[in-house]
Amino acid sequence: MLVSTKWLADYIDTKGLDPAELAEKITRSGIEVDAVIDRSHGMTNVVVGHVLECEKHPEADKLSICQVDVGEEVTQIICGAPNIAKGQKVIVARPGAVLPGGMKIKKAKLRGEESNGMICSLQELAIEGKLVPKAYAEGIYVLPVDTQAGADALEVLGLHDTVLELGLTPNRADAMSMLGVAYEVGAILSEDMKYPEITYSTSSESAENVLKLRVEDMDANPLYIAKVVKNVKIGESPLWLQQRLMAAGVRPHNNVVDVTNYVLMEYGQPLHAFDYDRLQTGEIVVRAARQGEKITTLDTQERELASHQLVITNGQEAVAIAGVMGGANSEVHEGTTTIVIESAYFKPASVRQTSKDHNLRSDASSRFEKGVDPNRVEAAAERAAQLIAELAGGEILQGSVVVDELDKSQKEVVVSPDFINNRLGMKISLEDMTSILSRLKFEFEAANGLLYIKAPTRRQDIQIEEDIVEEIARIYGYDEIPITLPKGESTPGGLTPYQAQRRIVRNYLEGAGLQQAITYSLTSKELAQSFALEAAPVTQLLMPMSEDRSTLRQSLIPHLLEAATYNIARKADAVTMFETGSVFLGETSEGLPHEEEHVAAVMTGKWLDHSWQGERKTVDFFVLKGIIEGLFAKIGLDKHMSFEQAQMDGLHPGRTATIKLADKMIGIVGQLHPTEQKKRDLKETYVMELNLAKLLTFTLEPLLYTPVPRFPSISRDIALVAERAKAAGELEKIIRSAGGKLLKDVRVFDLYEGEKMEPGQKSVAFSLTYEDPERTLTDEEVVKAHSKVLKALEEQGNVQLRG
Amino acid sequence: MQEQLQQLKQEAIGKIEAASNVKELQDVRVAYLGKKGPITDLLKGMGKLPAEERPKMGALVNVVREEVTSVLDERLVLLEDAAIQQQLENESIDVTLPGRPAKTGNHHPLTRVVEEIEDLFISMGYEIAEGPEVEKDYYNFEALNLPKGHPARDMQDSFYISEDILLRTHTSPVQARTMEAKGGEPIKIICPGKVYRRDSDDATHSHQFTQIEGLVIGENINMSDLKGTLSVFAKKMFGDDREIRLRPSFFPFTEPSVEMDISCFKCGGSGCNVCKKTGWLEILGAGMVHPNVLEMAGYDSKRLSGFAFGMGPERIAMLKYGVEDIRHFYTNDVRFVSQFHRTEV
Ligand SMILES: [Zn+2]
Repeated sequence: MLVSTKWLADYIDTKGLDPAELAEKITRSGIEVDAVIDRSHGMTNVVVGHVLECEKHPEADKLSICQVDVGEEVTQIICGAPNIAKGQKVIVARPGAVLPGGMKIKKAKLRGEESNGMICSLQELAIEGKLVPKAYAEGIYVLPVDTQAGADALEVLGLHDTVLELGLTPNRADAMSMLGVAYEVGAILSEDMKYPEITYSTSSESAENVLKLRVEDMDANPLYIAKVVKNVKIGESPLWLQQRLMAAGVRPHNNVVDVTNYVLMEYGQPLHAFDYDRLQTGEIVVRAARQGEKITTLDTQERELASHQLVITNGQEAVAIAGVMGGANSEVHEGTTTIVIESAYFKPASVRQTSKDHNLRSDASSRFEKGVDPNRVEAAAERAAQLIAELAGGEILQGSVVVDELDKSQKEVVVSPDFINNRLGMKISLEDMTSILSRLKFEFEAANGLLYIKAPTRRQDIQIEEDIVEEIARIYGYDEIPITLPKGESTPGGLTPYQAQRRIVRNYLEGAGLQQAITYSLTSKELAQSFALEAAPVTQLLMPMSEDRSTLRQSLIPHLLEAATYNIARKADAVTMFETGSVFLGETSEGLPHEEEHVAAVMTGKWLDHSWQGERKTVDFFVLKGIIEGLFAKIGLDKHMSFEQAQMDGLHPGRTATIKLADKMIGIVGQLHPTEQKKRDLKETYVMELNLAKLLTFTLEPLLYTPVPRFPSISRDIALVAERAKAAGELEKIIRSAGGKLLKDVRVFDLYEGEKMEPGQKSVAFSLTYEDPERTLTDEEVVKAHSKVLKALEEQGNVQLRG
Repeated sequence: MQEQLQQLKQEAIGKIEAASNVKELQDVRVAYLGKKGPITDLLKGMGKLPAEERPKMGALVNVVREEVTSVLDERLVLLEDAAIQQQLENESIDVTLPGRPAKTGNHHPLTRVVEEIEDLFISMGYEIAEGPEVEKDYYNFEALNLPKGHPARDMQDSFYISEDILLRTHTSPVQARTMEAKGGEPIKIICPGKVYRRDSDDATHSHQFTQIEGLVIGENINMSDLKGTLSVFAKKMFGDDREIRLRPSFFPFTEPSVEMDISCFKCGGSGCNVCKKTGWLEILGAGMVHPNVLEMAGYDSKRLSGFAFGMGPERIAMLKYGVEDIRHFYTNDVRFVSQFHRTEV
């Protein structure tokens, strides 16, 4: 809502308050002023000129040489506008003027002819092109003929004005009108306001004689008022009306349409004017549209209607979509002589739905859908009739044609002053409260320790006690509220074990060298399922904004890979990142997708770069695997974890493992498939993803101390030759199960697959540690245990022992 | 024999002095004082002497032996010292060469902000509540006093999955779910999480962003408690000398509703480019929980009251760290995220 402070002064005395100060007061007490706009933009030296002579420039087709009376003198100005003509009153920027874009006007020569200033369009005075009346949209603006040459053009155009741009929240529909803003300012400044005076004379003929009205859907349209004005002369509106509309952000059209828009802005009540003759039938019927019925609206678009939408008809065909937009077939035009003014109350939900259906938000629909003041519908119709008669010279027919079943009563709210103070934590006196209610122009009675308040119908947002609490607080001032903390029992607060563990996981991964990433949950349908740990139906948006953000992800890996590509393309020598976040799988019984928190990582490029000491390493499978092993160890799950060779789409078939927790698949780790790497402009890249929720909800045995060994341990090494495909992990399992209680630890310490081996064979060496917590082991005991291990390896491992 | 002894002594001392390192010196020790050395030989040869000369001669040999030993030990100390000096010299390094990198990662700046806020509220007795990112229309809107067709739904254009299911537009549904689960009991929670709105991504909009909301329900919870709580928050996050102010606003789930500004931490309130010359920065929205919201979750709105607040970690991070474009948070540029490595307490 754009509020011209000059216009506002018609209704309320702002006591000469500076607009910026006024804006601050309005903001602090309830309605945010987004901007304070000085419409003069600091312009000077812009005057009214009278074009005395106007001739073609001999050297340039498109230029005219004008002799212009600018009050002090007659001076020559060259003008390039197509609509310049002798006799016009125009806007002249004199030498020395600075226009809003920063353009400085100087004396100049144009193709050899002197030019002492510039004849201006409205756009050059910073009025938006879409607000300039169509007749002047492509050229200079022409002022009324009776304008005084030499006068301050900004004054004539009403540009010595400041506009407040209000950022209205949906509850304050009452401030979508000048009168509503005047009420608000009145309450803030404790001033009374003035309503416009409505007086007019009528013809002897009665409106009901010429117009029949029927409303079929009284629920959607409980009040309809029509007034008829005859013998109007359509023409340009007077300048004061045009500039007020432009200040309010509305483009002037003609006197009748401008009046309906003016009253819309003044009262907040949308109006529509029909050409009575073009209605043809002398009848208005409001009814539900027929399914598939068509109408061409004022914006020249043909629209198909649906049966839940309300239309205004002439008894035969639709002439307007109720509350949204008029039809072209009944539009007021230059030759219109008789008009019908419509002022109605349309049910908010109905207008809201219809305007949404047609994707058509108008000044009218945005007010109807929030609920207009039932008690202003009639006044607005009267105001419009008065102004049309004044400005378009018509005769108002007697009375109105009305269908009315609208409840116009005020909502009663009963509230106790204690309740108000309790909610605010304050001690506002009853006198202060009633004074605020008076300033707000709320009717009330204080009795039995209670306030009986009747909320004015313009304030549809006042419904319950809490609304009164807010009204009192905002006018009294939020700065007056003291500062306290909630009293009552104190609570311990804290993270849940899951939340605490999740932080540990993040901190661990960061300590291990990974950076935390946060990527989007929405992805393309193609990427949604790639790298998913389990197969599940995808969750898709009904109306995505783009194909790339249409589906919820089932794996964190695709977007981490995007981040890797992004960084590598920008010359990062390494990307080591992780993310924790939800994936969305299938559907639960409640109809929601099954949301599961995962942790994933991507690693590529340099891992260790310490080249001056000869240490250098790029990320490989075992770097990432080591980090995962460390993670499991950190949260106490290392004993329940295993890795198994596996395959997954998109991953290297020979360098991928599933990660198991207590023999159940919980994640995946592997190298990105070389073709995938190439597609993403990545070199060797490793990824992993784990089901974090499962990882962190695994029941752990309590942490208990085991005595530190007091007796020395004994190590024995085993070297063996195995098939190349034989997994070291499998051999380790055999060793562990054969080693018995004394075997404390098994480690691979050497692997050889080189040319000294038979083809298809490899050599693996393990180091075994034996230990007894109770005493020093004897040689015989170790030999006994170790020979069991060797035997088991030979029997079950299909290996040969070396040396 | 005495002369022989003196000559031996001179010879040994000469060699001791000529020894240029510990090894050579040890060789001299072995050569002259060792079991096969000439002095030992002399002692062994004493048997051939007359018995009365033996003690005198023995004493003499021992004196020489001690003299040689002492000269040798002195020399040894000297040479060992020199050897250590040499070693230190050899081992000295250029300490300005780079160390072996101990690479660590760091929190994403949003996590950093979220955890800071979480920890502050935990210290004030709050628990952290979480909930699904894909929600029922009921929890996202209806239970929050936003029935179907409510004009305020336009404030939050949403991504629907079906008619009744959508990506949550705020973390308030977690509040609604918590209230429903608590069955009328007092509550003190904050709800951080990802939320989604139908916005085109640009410098100030993101279709996915983060929110933290807070909810306190109890007996006699009022606006001054809300103001006090937010004041603690503002000072902790933005500095002890921050002032706050409340401005009336509108949210369907609170009544009264306010917006909270803090005095600009850059200019202190005199006006600068960060606060757009106003001296104030808008930080969050808040209010007293709307009685409809309480009632819908089974609370007696006459007996218990509550306050709620909500803020955007992106905005807080942008203000705090001077980030100008919200998209930085989701691009995961290493050069951006790594700037949040250092701690700040
Ligand atoms: Zn500032």
